[in-house]
Amino acid sequence: MPATEMTTEAMADARRNMEICNGCRYCEGFCAVFPAMQRRREFSGADLDHLANLCHGCQGCFHACQYAPPHPWGINVPQAFAVVRAESYAAHAWPKPMGQVFARNGTLVSLLTAIAVTLVLALAGILQSGDVMLATHTGPGAFFAVIPYGVMVWTASAAFLYALLALAMATASYWRASGGKARPIHIARAIHDAMTLKNLGGGGDGCNYPGEGFSHVRRWLHHAMAYGFLLCFAATSVATIFHHGLGWIAPYSPISLPVLLGTIGGILMLIGTTGLLWLKVLADPAPLARAVLGGEYAMLILLASVAKTGLLLLLLRATPLMGWLLALHLGFVLALFLALPYSKFVHGLFRTAALIRDHGER
Amino acid sequence: MVDLTRTYDVLVIGGGNAAVCAAVTAREAGATVLLLEHAPKHFRGGNSRHTRNFRGMHTAPTKVLTGAYLEDEYWDDLNRVTGGHTDEALARMTIRVSAEMTPWMEACGVRFQPALSGTLSLSRTNAFFLGGGKALLNAYYATAARLGVDILYDAEVTHLHVDDGFVRSADITYRGFPATVTARCVVAASGGFQANLDWMRKYWGDAVDNFVIRGTPYAKGRVLRDLLDQGVAPIGDPTQFHAVALDARSPQFDGGISTRLDSVPFSIVVNRDGQRFYDEGEDVWPKRYAIWGRLIAQQPGQIAYSICDAKAFELFMPSVYPALKADSIAELAHKMGLDVATVEKTVADYNAAVQPGRFDSSGLDECRTEGITPPKTHWARRIEEGPFYGYPLRPGITFTYLGVKVNENARVLMADGKPSANLFASGEIMAGNILGRGYLAGFGMTIGTVFGRIAGREAARHARN
Ligand SMILES: Cc1cc2nc3c(=O)[nH]c(=O)nc-3n(C[C@H](O)[C@H](O)[C@H](O)COP(=O)(O)OP(=O)(O)OC[C@H]3O[C@@H](n4cnc5c(N)ncnc54)[C@H](O)[C@@H]3O)c2cc1C
Ligand code: SF4
Ligand code: SF4
Repeated sequence: MPATEMTTEAMADARRNMEICNGCRYCEGFCAVFPAMQRRREFSGADLDHLANLCHGCQGCFHACQYAPPHPWGINVPQAFAVVRAESYAAHAWPKPMGQVFARNGTLVSLLTAIAVTLVLALAGILQSGDVMLATHTGPGAFFAVIPYGVMVWTASAAFLYALLALAMATASYWRASGGKARPIHIARAIHDAMTLKNLGGGGDGCNYPGEGFSHVRRWLHHAMAYGFLLCFAATSVATIFHHGLGWIAPYSPISLPVLLGTIGGILMLIGTTGLLWLKVLADPAPLARAVLGGEYAMLILLASVAKTGLLLLLLRATPLMGWLLALHLGFVLALFLALPYSKFVHGLFRTAALIRDHGER
Repeated sequence: MVDLTRTYDVLVIGGGNAAVCAAVTAREAGATVLLLEHAPKHFRGGNSRHTRNFRGMHTAPTKVLTGAYLEDEYWDDLNRVTGGHTDEALARMTIRVSAEMTPWMEACGVRFQPALSGTLSLSRTNAFFLGGGKALLNAYYATAARLGVDILYDAEVTHLHVDDGFVRSADITYRGFPATVTARCVVAASGGFQANLDWMRKYWGDAVDNFVIRGTPYAKGRVLRDLLDQGVAPIGDPTQFHAVALDARSPQFDGGISTRLDSVPFSIVVNRDGQRFYDEGEDVWPKRYAIWGRLIAQQPGQIAYSICDAKAFELFMPSVYPALKADSIAELAHKMGLDVATVEKTVADYNAAVQPGRFDSSGLDECRTEGITPPKTHWARRIEEGPFYGYPLRPGITFTYLGVKVNENARVLMADGKPSANLFASGEIMAGNILGRGYLAGFGMTIGTVFGRIAGREAARHARN
C-alpha cells in the first residue's frame, strides 16, 4: 500500500473484514467478491474499492457468518462495503466538489426534486395563464400548449447531457484508479453479469433479502425497475425520432410505440421501485449501512414519482388536470436527470466496471 | 408460546448439527419435539457453526462430490487415523448411511458448493457447505420451525433424572429461571466438554489457562458428566482432545477456523526457550496439523513461535493476525519476547544443517537438514532472506473424545451393558464410539448427521409406540 494513500475509517473496517474472511473463505460460493479476495493477500485502498463495488449487498455472507455481531469480531461485509462504495462514489464524482453531496444524499435528492418541481411548475404558471394550465388540450401539440416545445426539449436535453457527461467522467475516473485491464470478452461477460444480476443470485437460490431465508424477489424487482427505466428511455428516444424524423407531433395514440413502451416501462418501474422500497422497510437492519439508506430511499421514491406521474399523465391527459400533471412529471424527470450522477444510480456503472476488472483478473 | 408443562414425545438437548438433525427427523416421523439450546439465538449451533464440510461415501460422482469414495477406502482412512480406536461395525454402518445423507440435507435447505470448486484435494471425499456451518444451521432451524419443532434458546439442561436407565424428567434453566421438562424420549446431543476448563484442568493442570477453545463456549459437558455420574457407560479417553496450532492472539473461545496457521512446514518452530522441539517437515501439513496442538500443549508455557523468511511467506494461507515482521532475526526475536542470542544460534545451527536439494512446496521434497536434533526432514531451506516473519502459536482445542457408549440404534448403553429405555445420543457426545482418537476431516459432521437421523427416528418410534 503506498504510504500516501488515504485510509478512511470505513476502509480500515473493510480491510479488517477482508483479512478475517481471507482466513476463513467459507463464503467463496456466494458471489464474485470472495474469489477476487482470495487472489490477494493484502488489500490496498484500490482493492477495497474494487471489492466493495463488486458486492451487491445480497447479505448472504452476513447471515452465514459465524463471526457476525454479537461475536466480538463483528464481521459484517455488506455493511462495511456499502460505506466504502458510497465513499468511492464521492471520491470520483465530477465535478469534484459535488462528491460532498454523497454524504447527505437523501437530503440532496429530496432538495433537487423540490427545486426542480417548483421551478417547472412556477415556469409553467408564469409562462402560461391559468386558463391554459387548466384548459383541456387534445390533438397534436397539446402538451406544447402547456410547456412550449423549445423549453421542454432544451431543459431536458441539457440536464440529460450533463448527467451523461458527469457519469462518464466519474466512471472513467473510477476505472483509472482501480487499475483494471480488460479485453472485449471481459466487457461482454461483465455486461452479461450486470444485466442478469448474476451475483445477486447468492450462488443459486437468491439473496437473503429481506431476511435470513433465500429469495429471488429482490433480483426480480430490480429487473423490473431497471428494465422499466430502459423502456421509458426507449419510449422517449422513439418519440424524438417521431418528432424530428417523421414530423409526428405528440401526444401519440395509446397504441403507438412510444406510449406502449412508456406505459409498460412505467408500470414495471412502479412495481420495481415500490417493491424495493417495501423490501427495504421489511429488511433486517443489521447488515445495512445506515449512512447510505437515506439516499437509497430518496432515489427509489424519486424514480417511483417519475413513473407514477408519467402514468397519471397518460390516464388523465384528456382532462383539465393534464397541464399541472405534465409540469409535475417534467419536474420529477428534471430532478432525476440532475440527481443521477450523485445518486445510487452510480452503482450500476461502477459495478459494471468492477465486474469488467474482475473478469479481466480471472 | 412453548408450553413446558406438556409431555413431549421427544426432548432434544443441544442446538448443534446432531441436535437439529435429530429434531427434524423425529418431527418428520410425527413426534412432538422440544429442542433446548443453551446458547442464545445469535450463538446457536455449538461447534457445528464453525464447520465447513461433510465426508460422504459415494459410488459415483454426485452434484457435490467428484469421483467415487467407497466403503472400504473410507473405512481404511478411518482405521488409519484412529489407530484402531474405533468400532468397525458401528463405523461401517455410519459410512454406509452417510451415502444417503446429502439429498436429505438438501431437502432441508442445506446448500453445497458445486463439486470441484472447494478445496480441490478434498472435493472427492468432502462436500462443502455453501457459506459454512452457520448457513447449514440456519437452514435446519428454518426447516425445524416450519415443521413445528418447539425451540428454546438460552435453555440449559442441568440434570436428567435417570432411574434404572430410564429418563423421567429434565431439570433446566430457561433464561435464568429453573423449570422441569418431561418427555417420553430424550436425545442427548450436547457436544463435548472442551469448553469446561475446570474439567480439563483435572488432566492438564494449569496449562489449560493457555489453551484456546476453537469453538463454542457452551460445550461444557454438563449433560455428559451428569449421565456418566448416573451409571451410563463411558467411552473414549477422558484426558485426550483434538488440538491444532493456532495464532496465540486468538480469542479464548469461538475464534473458529480463521485463527489457524499453516506456516509450520515452511518455517522452524521454537519454544519459549528459543529451542526447536519437533520435525516441522515430517509430512504434508494436512496430515500433521493435528499433532501440533498437542506438541505445543506440552511445551513450557504452552507457547511456540513459527519463524520464516521472505521466500517462505507466500507459501501458506494468510492468517487473520498480521505476522510479526523484522529485518533481522535478532529484531524478530526481540519482538517475540525471546532471548535474542538463543534464537540467533538456533537459526544459525539450523541454517548450517540445511542440505542442498529440490524444493517442492506441493509435496514431500528433498530439502532436509543433517546433523541437528530434531531434524527437519522436508522443505528445509535456509532462513536468510529478509524481511523475516514470525507468529506466536498456542494449542487450539477442537473437541474432547470422552463420550457415552451407544449401540447401532443410537441408544445409550448403561455401565452394565443394558440399553437405556428411552435415552439416545448423537454427535460429539457419542463420537468416541467411532472416532476414539485422531481425526478425519468432515467426519464429525457425518457422525452427527447419521446418528442424529438415527436417534431422531428411533426416539420418535419409541415415543409413539
Ligand atoms: C473450528 C472448527 C471447525 C470444524 N470443522 C469441521 C468440519 O469442517 N467438518 C466436520 O465434520 N467437523 C468439523 N468440526 C468438528 C465439528 O464441529 C463437530 O464434530 C460437530 O459440530 C459436533 O456436532 P454436535 O452437534 O455434536 O456438537 P455441537 O455442534 O458442539 O453442539 C453442541 C450443542 O449443545 C449445546 N449444549 C451443550 N450443553 C448443553 C446443555 N447442558 N443444555 C442445552 N444445550 C447444551 C451447545 O450450546 C451446542 O449448541 C470443526 C470443529 C471446530 C471447532
Ligand atoms: S463473511 Fe464470515 S463466514 Fe463468510 S468468509 Fe467472511 S468470515 Fe467467513
Ligand atoms: S454480494 Fe452478497 S455474499 Fe457477496 S460480499 Fe456482497 S453481501 Fe456478501
